[in-house]
Amino acid sequence: MVPAASAVASRGGTPPMNPADQDLAPAGPAGSLRTADPAARTTTGRRAPRRRLAAGLVVLAVLLVAAAVASLVVGTRPIPFGIVLDALRDVDPTNPDHLVIWELRLPRTLVGLLVGGALGLAGAVMQGVARNPLADPGILGVNAGASFFVVVAISLLGVTTLTGYVWFGFLGAALATAVVYGIAAAGREGATPVKLALAGAAVSAALTSLTTAVLLTDVDTFDQFRFWQVGSLAGRDLTIFWQVLPFLLVGVVLALCCGRVLNTLSLGDDVARALGQRVALSRGLAGLAVVVLCGAATAAAGPIAFIGLTIPHIARAITGPDHRWVLPYSMMLAPVLLLVADVLGRVIARPGEVQVGIVTAVIGAPFFIALVRRSRVAEL
Amino acid sequence: MTKSLPTPALDRDALVGTGDGADLLRARRVVSAARLRRGGRATAVTLVLAVAVVLVFGVSLSLGEFPIPLRDVAASLVGLADPATEFVVRDLRLPRALVGILVGAAFGLSGALFQSMVRNPLASPDIIGITSGASAAAVFGIVVLGLGGVAVSVSALAGAMLTALAIYLLAWRRGVSGYRLVLVGIGAAAILNSAVSYLMTRSRVDTAQQALAWMTGSLNARTWDHVVPLTIGMAVLLPLVVALSRPLRALQLGDAAATSLGVGVERSRLGLVLVAVALAGVATAAAGPVAFVAFLSAPIARRLTRGAGLALLPAALVGALVVGLGDVVGQHLVSGAQFPVGVVTGAVGAPYLLWLLAVSNRVGRGG
Repeated sequence: MVPAASAVASRGGTPPMNPADQDLAPAGPAGSLRTADPAARTTTGRRAPRRRLAAGLVVLAVLLVAAAVASLVVGTRPIPFGIVLDALRDVDPTNPDHLVIWELRLPRTLVGLLVGGALGLAGAVMQGVARNPLADPGILGVNAGASFFVVVAISLLGVTTLTGYVWFGFLGAALATAVVYGIAAAGREGATPVKLALAGAAVSAALTSLTTAVLLTDVDTFDQFRFWQVGSLAGRDLTIFWQVLPFLLVGVVLALCCGRVLNTLSLGDDVARALGQRVALSRGLAGLAVVVLCGAATAAAGPIAFIGLTIPHIARAITGPDHRWVLPYSMMLAPVLLLVADVLGRVIARPGEVQVGIVTAVIGAPFFIALVRRSRVAEL
Repeated sequence: MTKSLPTPALDRDALVGTGDGADLLRARRVVSAARLRRGGRATAVTLVLAVAVVLVFGVSLSLGEFPIPLRDVAASLVGLADPATEFVVRDLRLPRALVGILVGAAFGLSGALFQSMVRNPLASPDIIGITSGASAAAVFGIVVLGLGGVAVSVSALAGAMLTALAIYLLAWRRGVSGYRLVLVGIGAAAILNSAVSYLMTRSRVDTAQQALAWMTGSLNARTWDHVVPLTIGMAVLLPLVVALSRPLRALQLGDAAATSLGVGVERSRLGLVLVAVALAGVATAAAGPVAFVAFLSAPIARRLTRGAGLALLPAALVGALVVGLGDVVGQHLVSGAQFPVGVVTGAVGAPYLLWLLAVSNRVGRGG
């Protein structure tokens, strides 16, 4: 208590009381150069990286637009950019190219933008909250919960449309995460990363068992479910876009506001508490953002593996540990990867296509392994 | 769950004495009594588990469409029953029950080895990609090559071994740290799982469902053709487990401590990885990747024995019990519907682990 009190006092501007402090004070100009130098360098030096990081975001935005354009242009039926522009400006319902743009490519591109941004952002928040580089929605049971509810919807309630799946997937994801978090947070030391991971694995296993039991006894359900389960943007129309948009907007606002909070949490619960943070409350809010974002994304596109796990690592490699930059970078990077993977999936297996969930894992996992080999990611 | 450690009062009496020989003797007696108590508990737990396994084994032989009393089961095992009963017990039910017990023990041991070696309760062949490798190879065999029966088992075994080799090599960077092994395994699992999903969407729905049934893990229609290779595999691997348990105990203290105890860390770890993967591979080849057994057995066993030791034998017995019991439940609980054992182990095992987590209050008890 005593050192803390004196620190507060000296910070509050009261004159130094003991000789030691007085000795330090006169050292003034010369001493401050040496002792305060690192701090000064970070405050003044921060400006350049900040400008660079902001410029990076602009570059990412350009990349994102390029990926979106590619997603509109490339496909089984190649459509020149000029015609795409015409279609967007002034649609001609008799022109099949225009119909392809409006009915197929524009919706899936928009859904891809939303889903990618949400998954990247959710992954970054999740890793910050759990302080665990391995935290991703799949590990915390979102995917298993969404899958189980979608299977129940198909099997018991006879839901057959992608738009119908959305609500069930969303509900399942939210419930599963709530259960995982509730169980992991029970006990004295709260939701430690290890307990979160174990609880997530256990809840996922239980739900997966139930899902499998249904799938093994019901061929028709299995036949529908196996295509949803891969994670895909194909066949998503604007209805789905409008269904998930409000949730994602709320989630994005909530998550982007978490940057400062996550920075404090990353110092550890005790320090965060000492700095005046209400740890449980802020963790709960961040968790809410994750559920809304990831649940809606999974509901819209199925369980897409790995985006939430790999993208924050790339973002952190560019920006450093400051969550106020990690979050927007993750949000911008993820849809670039998702759209590129989607376009690749359309190209590599013409005239069919490979689902985006598969392509992202095949691109993402080798990167992740390389990252694990190279850096001290395990120590995070 | 109460703690039964030696009472602190006794310890203090013994250690903060006058320091003469009598005190030392008393201290030694207290310590050895505590050790004996803990060892006694482990022995008792092991015995109870073994009895339970035998019971489940007997019950699984007697239950079925053609119920046979336990007395006749015993008689037919030694060849004293009528031929019809003997046929049902020995040719239909015994192989299935044996495969269940052996597979459970192998998965339990494999999980215990991985978890102890890596010192991470999340590490099990399910999570770090080895069963994913087996599944990918088997599903490829079923869906693309149209294989069935033994050929699927062989490809699963090959898939598991290749995956383990790849994970080990990728995690190698002037030695293999356990944590890096797990992370690389998770990455490999993601690729392999997406390969499985891809194959599942590219095949006819009945073939895909057949593949799903295999991936769940099932003991249906097991014959002596499954029992024999499994038994040979276990007979080779179990002595190796016993031999490796000593360096494993040292590895649990951390690499540095193990080295200073004279254990060749990298060589022992390679041996352990090989044996654990082989156990999981042999079991997967016989029954498919039975969900969750490898992950759960060791934590349950360690909790039952309340020791900090390896608890390898109890883990194997818990595995055997879970699979044996799971198969009885899956076959007979819901009349008219038979569920593969893998569905039941997940649905029964997960709630137990969740309960374990919910009541874990002390640091280090979370796993």
